[in-house]
Amino acid sequence: MRGKHIKTVMVGGIFLCATPIMAAEGKLLATAGLSQLEGSGGGGLVPWATLAGYDSRDETTALLFMTDVNITDYRLSSIGVATSFYDRVELSYAQQTFGLPVGLVKQLSVGEIKQNVIGAKVRLYGDVVYSTYPQLSIGLQHKQLDDDSVATALGAKDDSGTDFYVAATKVHLGAVAGYNLVWNVTARATKANEMGLLGYGGPDNNGYQMMMEVSVGLLLSPNWVVGMEYRQKPNNLSSVKEDDWTDLFVSYMPNKNINFTAAYADLGTVATQKDQKGVYLSMTGYLW
Amino acid sequence: MVNHLKTALLMMSVLLVACATPTKTPISLYEEIGGQPTIEAITDNFIDEISFNKDIYRYFEKTNITRFREKFIEHLCVDTGGPCTYTGDTMLKVHQGQKITETDFNLTVDLLVNAMKKAGLTYVQQNRVLKVLAPMRGEMLYK
Repeated sequence: MRGKHIKTVMVGGIFLCATPIMAAEGKLLATAGLSQLEGSGGGGLVPWATLAGYDSRDETTALLFMTDVNITDYRLSSIGVATSFYDRVELSYAQQTFGLPVGLVKQLSVGEIKQNVIGAKVRLYGDVVYSTYPQLSIGLQHKQLDDDSVATALGAKDDSGTDFYVAATKVHLGAVAGYNLVWNVTARATKANEMGLLGYGGPDNNGYQMMMEVSVGLLLSPNWVVGMEYRQKPNNLSSVKEDDWTDLFVSYMPNKNINFTAAYADLGTVATQKDQKGVYLSMTGYLW
Repeated sequence: MVNHLKTALLMMSVLLVACATPTKTPISLYEEIGGQPTIEAITDNFIDEISFNKDIYRYFEKTNITRFREKFIEHLCVDTGGPCTYTGDTMLKVHQGQKITETDFNLTVDLLVNAMKKAGLTYVQQNRVLKVLAPMRGEMLYK
């Protein structure tokens, strides 16, 4: 299934490279950001205040993305679509597939956990490059597990939940020795265990908690960005420990039709397995 | 978890310090990029870029290009800290009534970036020029 997804998106990507499609090109290259794990426009782990595409106030845009995270004991893939309208509203959909290790699968009789995420974001203020204060957006991510057996077995209270967030993002032109700096800070109210893959709420906590998420990046050239991200996580389940996530990323944006990201992610302890580290790969192709 | 947070905060502080430390520039940006010949080259390249772009050229159809060239050179010279005086109209007056859309504004920035690239400016120098020009956007958009 995963192989099929990869192929589909790769073929899509090649198509985008080969065909001169008129994409929304209203913004400076690299200022549209990337596709986040849950489908929102952002960094890799963190939703940003920027919307998914290169659309300006006079344009709309749509994209396809595919992300694959391969860590010590698990695999996670996320594929989806996002659209944004007039640099004001973003709508997104992502399907996440969390591949479990065989040892755990035998006990639980579930090979993978699937989750659907519907996202919406509204830009409240500013332009990430030009406004005096950072661009500011609010958003939500509504998530639903296909099957709640693992979540229930671990003590989660719910198989669906909605995260709410407020994000601020700013690009500082020539800020670090002449290079452009981008930063983002997001505050997220959530009940999700491991992004919701292990359900929502639990014996240790069943209410919303505010989690902080941060991204920093440096534009080394018009096409290359390096940076890091941090995502704070709650600890609702007493059966399994949950750690904060970090990553170091490099993104390549050859043009406004496509971008690629590779990251080294450290997800700490995930569902009883310690030191979950590995490679995060992501690709976004803009349809128009 | 605490370690991650520490790493993140350390990384942030390093970057923030980098922002806060004033970069020692004994010479102005104007001199650094090569003075008047470079300013003129950027301007000529910019006019060339505009003349080959139908979306942007339409804003310049009634423009006196000789005057535009002269005033743009003066403006860019002053913006980058060069020894010039700007004798043209305010940015608001120049752009008023043109109803410049955000799409076209951003496209024009791309053309200016191309013009700077062709004039031999490094990526860092291009960023510095954009930084001094960026605050004028408010007087240009949708006026």
